[in-house]
Order: sequence, then structure tokens, then C-alpha cells
Amino acid sequence: MRASILKVENFAKHFRLHEQNKFIPSSHDVNLTVYAGELTALIGPTGAGKSSVLKGIYRTYLPSAGRILYRHALDHEIDLVHASDHQILELRRCDIGFVTQFLHCLPRQATLDVVAHPLVTLGIAREEARRRAAELLSAMNLPERLWSVSPATFSGGERQRVNLARGLIARPRLLLLDEPTASLDPATSEIVIGLIEDLKAQGTAMLAIFHHPELTRRLADRVVELSPPPALAKSLEKECA
Amino acid sequence: MNKVLEVRGLSKIYGPGCASCVESTGPEKETNLCPHCGSVVALHDVSFDLHEGEILGVMGESGSGKSTVVKNLYFDQMPSSGEATFFDADKQHDLFCLNAARQRWLRNHRFGMVYQNPHLGLNFNISAGGNIAERLLMSDLMDYGQIRERAKALLARTEVLLSRMDDLPGNFSGGMQQRVQIAKALATQPPLLYLDEVTTGLDLSVQARILDLILEIQQELKTAMVVVTHDLGVIRLLAGRAIVMKYGRIIESGLTDQILEDPQHAYTQRLVASAL
Repeated sequence: MRASILKVENFAKHFRLHEQNKFIPSSHDVNLTVYAGELTALIGPTGAGKSSVLKGIYRTYLPSAGRILYRHALDHEIDLVHASDHQILELRRCDIGFVTQFLHCLPRQATLDVVAHPLVTLGIAREEARRRAAELLSAMNLPERLWSVSPATFSGGERQRVNLARGLIARPRLLLLDEPTASLDPATSEIVIGLIEDLKAQGTAMLAIFHHPELTRRLADRVVELSPPPALAKSLEKECA
Repeated sequence: MNKVLEVRGLSKIYGPGCASCVESTGPEKETNLCPHCGSVVALHDVSFDLHEGEILGVMGESGSGKSTVVKNLYFDQMPSSGEATFFDADKQHDLFCLNAARQRWLRNHRFGMVYQNPHLGLNFNISAGGNIAERLLMSDLMDYGQIRERAKALLARTEVLLSRMDDLPGNFSGGMQQRVQIAKALATQPPLLYLDEVTTGLDLSVQARILDLILEIQQELKTAMVVVTHDLGVIRLLAGRAIVMKYGRIIESGLTDQILEDPQHAYTQRLVASAL
């Protein structure tokens, strides 16, 4: 069996909105493992807290409960729930990539620079980073005339490709993917599937949210199904009040 | 990553101060004015670290104490208590234990400051180039030709028209004045830069170009920065980590995206919810 890169144990996330005095449950009781060179698929209905799991791992959300054990290349383990902000920033830079559902970028930054950015933060020279970004974008069939402009004006599918390219370019050890082929046409989806397979073959561990059973069947080595949080118990509401 | 700055328990009280100042003020009391002695608790127990090449955002509304933090660290004011250590290569400086001469030396050589109000950062009686020369002279560069060349290079880097180098800052637009201030702050290539509301009050397009410039400088020179702002957009763009202040206290700190997407404190939730 391959080495596990990420182990999530009894993860839960809920939100407390102080102003509205509300308690909003999201993920609960999530357990999963991601192995090097394998893809673990997260499936389940909307509202089951799938994205919250990814954001919890990446620290965009603060986990409410559980452990998130990440294994470094040098084999020591770190609980991401308790890691310091600086440790998380360093992991984001060197180890963990996240392709979110929506691409956030500056409306004045060229696509090539958006994609090259993760390499630049790793200390790779700008020209070399841009060259590799160009290679990847052409592999993904993004027309060259778009490279010098900002993705802000792109169609959903074009934007999604830029987003993916940025996530894949640094070949992270762990890649989190939130619906990577949403809004792509079938031909482009195939290209993306090919890229994910390549990355897997090179040993990247992946945790991905999929909505199409077809994709799950083709790409996933393991499947974890999340269920929506149980109806809000009265006791929780009281606790929050 | 190496630590550049370590701040521990920084406090600043304006006024006589009394035993009840701390417990009678703060976010829960919704005031920083002590009801017993009338002192203003501008800062209480502020602690944070800053690493090499990192940008830390300090956010909060007017009166939260966020500017007081950098004013203390830049020796514009002295704190009432607390410690700050500046790590410079293999040396450590205990900022508030240094004598005035050492503090001035650090200020002139190793720190840079850009104020919201250009009148605080620039001498309006001498030219833009002269302002930069002034700082270079303080840092022991004496050759006129060299100073002139270096000032030119800095103004070119911050996109100030060289043809206006000999004009007085008072004849510049607000955005240009900020560029001259940034050039002046960078003159000695300081490893630590403080930016206090540097884009507040500027046109959006001017803001964007100044923020881009700051990011470029951070990437080129690996300058560590403390960026004070009430503008969530500025924090989102520049800062990897952020602290949120209210009534002189840090009420929340974390990664910038976490603070903006999953704020924990009631006040931060309200702040994020009121973003345009």
C-alpha cells in the first residue's frame, strides 16, 4: 500500500454568526485518508459540507473539531488543526495546492502571470515560470491570444482552465480540487482528466469534490460520501443563545 | 523563515493611568477611555511576530489603535510598556531599551515608514529628489553624484517622472506624493517597512497602482512590512496574515483569507459583512 499523505479524523465545521445569533452546521464526522498517487473523491448532496472540508484543510476555515494529519516528505506528521499560521503559509507555498470553484485574481494581472505565480513564490525566475505556464496553458487548449490579458473577462470554462493550471503548475504533494471540471465542455474535460491522471502518476495525492458519478468512476481510488448535518438539535440552539 | 520583528505586550496609555484602566476599557466595555482617571488606553497587550519578506495586515476602525502600533515601533512615540525585538542579520535589538541615538540610527538605516499624510513623511520645503537625498545623507552616503543617481533610480522605480525630481512635493498630486514617500522610505533598502493607510483617500486607479508597486517591491526586495489599513481590499491584496484590533486590543488574528471568509469575533464578522 502507498503512503498516506493526509488523514482527516472526526472533522467537523460549524459557523457561529454572532450578529444573527445563529449556529450553522456544515461538515460533521468526516473521516478520510488520501494516499500519494491516489485520488480520494468527496461526494454527497449540496449542503453536506464538502467544500468546508477542503477549506478546513487549507485553513481558509478554522476547523471546529477533529484532526487533520498531514505527512511531510521527511515523514513527520503535523496536525493542521493546530499548526501555526506560518506553518500553514509554508505548506501552502511548498506542499498543498487548492483549486477553488471560483478564480480570484486581480483584474489587471495577465493570465500567464496568474498561472506562473505559484512557481515565482517557490523562487523560480519569472521568465522560466512564465515559460512553464505557457506550456501548461497550451496543453490545456487555452488560446494564446488570451495569455496576456486578465482572466477577468474570460468565459467560465476558460477561467476554470486558468484556475486549474495555477493549481497544477507547481506539482504540489497534496492537491485539493473543488469540482475541477464544472463548466468545462466534454473535450476540455477530457484534457483536464488527462492532466489529473498524469499528476496522480507522478505521485500527487488528491482530494477532490466531484458531482458526476462518471468522473468519480474514472478518477477516484477511494470515495467518501458525506451526508448533510442532522436536523439542528434544540440543545445546540440553546448553547448558542 | 527568519523572524524580523517580535512584539510582546505592547501598551500605550495617554494620561495619568490608574489601576483600573485596563479592566475598565476594551472591546467588551466598548470604550478605550478609562472612566476612573480619564486616560485613553490606546494599546493594551499587543503581541505579534513578523517574518522576513512577510506582509502583516493590521485592520480595525478609527481609534482602534492600529496606527499607534506602528508609531511606537518607528519610535514616533514611546510605549507605556511592552517589548519589541528587531532581528537584523545576526544582531538583535531590544527596541525600547536602546538609547535615542541607537533608535535614530535604526530609524534612518533599517526601518522605513510611509504615512497616510505625506506632510509627516516628506519635507515640503525641499524638492522630491532632495527628500530622498536627505535620507541617504542620514544613512552616511555623502557623494553628491552618487546621491543624485540613487535618488533618480528610486524615483524611477516608484514611477515618479524624473523631469519633476527637482519640484517641491507640494506641487505633486496625492498619488505622486505617496510615490515619493515610498521612494524615500526605500532609499536605504530597509528590511522592515511600516505603511500607515498609504492609499486612503486616493483615487481607485491610483490606489491600485500604488498597491501593485508595494507588492512588486516586496517580491523584489523581500522587505517585511506591517500594513495598517481599515480597507479590507488592501488587506486581501497585500497581507498573508492579519490582526484585527478594537479599542486598543487584538481581538482576532489569522491568515487573511481565513479572517475574511471565516471571521470568529462578532466585530470582525460585522466588519467583513459591511465590506462593499
